[in-house]
Amino acid sequence: MEFRFKTRTKYLINTVAVLALYFFLMFLQGDVLTRYQSKMLIPVGIYIILAVSLNLAAGFLGQLPLGHAGFMSVGAYTAALFTKNVALPIAVSFPLGLLLGGIVAAIFGILIGLPALRLRGDYLAIITLGFSEIIRVIILNLDFTGGAFGLRGITRATDFTSVFICVVITIAVLHMLIKSRHGRAIIAIRENEIAAEATGIPTTYYKTLGFTVSAFFAGIAGGLYAHYLGILDAGTFGFMKSIEILVMVVLGGMGSMIGSVIAATGLTLLPELLRGFDNYRMVIYSLLLVVVMVFKPSGLMGTYDFSLSRSIESIINSRRRKAAKKEGVSHDSHT
Amino acid sequence: MTFLYQVINGLQVGSIYALVALGYSMVYGIVNLINFAHGDIIMVGAYCAWLAMMKWGAPPWISILFAIAFCTVLGMTIEKVAYKPLRKSPRISLLITAIGVSLFLENLAQLVFTANPQRFPTIVTLPSIQLGSRQLSATTIMTIVVSVFFMVVLSFLVNKTKMGKAMRAASEDEATAQLMGINVNHTISFTFAIGSALAAVGAILYCSAYTQLSPLMGVMLGLKAFVAAVLGGIGSIPGAMIGGLVIGLAESLTKGYISSQLADGVVFGILIVVLLIKPTGLMGRSMNEKV
Repeated sequence: MEFRFKTRTKYLINTVAVLALYFFLMFLQGDVLTRYQSKMLIPVGIYIILAVSLNLAAGFLGQLPLGHAGFMSVGAYTAALFTKNVALPIAVSFPLGLLLGGIVAAIFGILIGLPALRLRGDYLAIITLGFSEIIRVIILNLDFTGGAFGLRGITRATDFTSVFICVVITIAVLHMLIKSRHGRAIIAIRENEIAAEATGIPTTYYKTLGFTVSAFFAGIAGGLYAHYLGILDAGTFGFMKSIEILVMVVLGGMGSMIGSVIAATGLTLLPELLRGFDNYRMVIYSLLLVVVMVFKPSGLMGTYDFSLSRSIESIINSRRRKAAKKEGVSHDSHT
Repeated sequence: MTFLYQVINGLQVGSIYALVALGYSMVYGIVNLINFAHGDIIMVGAYCAWLAMMKWGAPPWISILFAIAFCTVLGMTIEKVAYKPLRKSPRISLLITAIGVSLFLENLAQLVFTANPQRFPTIVTLPSIQLGSRQLSATTIMTIVVSVFFMVVLSFLVNKTKMGKAMRAASEDEATAQLMGINVNHTISFTFAIGSALAAVGAILYCSAYTQLSPLMGVMLGLKAFVAAVLGGIGSIPGAMIGGLVIGLAESLTKGYISSQLADGVVFGILIVVLLIKPTGLMGRSMNEKV
């Protein structure tokens, strides 16, 4: 008899693990890490949200969007303008602003997704790239976004706790989405779009859904980013930012959330770790990228996904099997 | 007169875009890869010419030949080292590799030549022509003439020679081409070589027009040339030429009459409209997916 946790126990295990991780990181920040190192945890969290959300559209839905930075910038500007112009205490306006940023980014996701998702493969990549460039040019030319001077004076409300909560929510929601009926439809579209359509999956609906959810979380990450830096410059949300996020997703493995998390953490920290070789760090970074792709094209993790409860289950099961075997052997020798 | 001037300017930029777009288009046609490193090959070509002229004191024509030769070898090397091992893997891995190569070239150039822009010497020293109240420089006319010349040569190469036939066959159906006795590996190398050589020519024309070069000059130029290739129908050679000219004209007219800041937006706007109306680009063939 294989051992299985009850669903409720699984939730309990995950909640405990998340809380343990939070307190562990808090402890690290307090005692082990320097001020500078603890500050690095915030961009790591923001990039995890971006990579995991892009993984939904790229890894699970099988599309190739190159405009993630566009959604991020929409979320960032929306959230920043909201907290700047609303007369509420920052503790209230900050979460509201993040939510609003996510919603506006999601609306842009629908607006861009509906026409763009008619195209496939590389054309979809190009058209999303085009849209995000247009968003950038428009932001640069509007007055209320600060134009080329950038948006200044945003309250720096993003701290470790808020980023951590957002990361947990993002991963939990996306995980539940993927494990649900809708998630299976999304994966079916990746595996074979024509076959999926033939079995009655409304492909346009699910493609737009995946795209929109992906944009929503990119918007939230943008809001966090805006309140982390305190100043926004439309130039930073260019084509290279989208590429940076895509690189994390592909390097970690398309369709592996743990892969995105590891790659986002690693790639955000790597340039910092290589600071000793300051001049060479970007050269090393790009060489590493090519080498990993040439030797492991499916990314570091492939499509493997980590589940704590499942790992515990398999450890318990293998122990039981071993114990049963031993018992069986001793039983045989007696007779 | 101003209108004519803007149009000629547009043709100048457009013909450079067209030359670069040809490289994207041919490579895409044959290996289905958006070669992101193409823009950076332009940058390398520009630095080669600059190095030969300013540091080693070589005459312009030798510098140009050096740049073309270096880019050709570079393009073929990149294909052999980075793209060939991935020919059977998912397309997105290939794309990320191309991005990696692009980042590598950019950062290497920043390391070697520093991030500061350099001044590119004038190559064409002919007198400029008076056009109404404006002056039309000889560089402008030279750019258009040289581009048209190379496009004609390329059309001849692709349509009339045996190698061109092999290229067309390989882009139509790689496996069948191989069965017909075509060495697909050589053909792909050759395609990269031609594309990179055209990029070097484009680099020298671009630097002559804007008189400066920097490690990141290839990014925006490459992106716009790529847009031109898609606009014309990726994989189609006449399409790349038309696409390049359309993008050049649109950009120049927007800069002249509306706002120079909006030029990039207009370029991408045109791209989106064309893709939505005719998803394969102006001259592209439509591909039906078989079950």
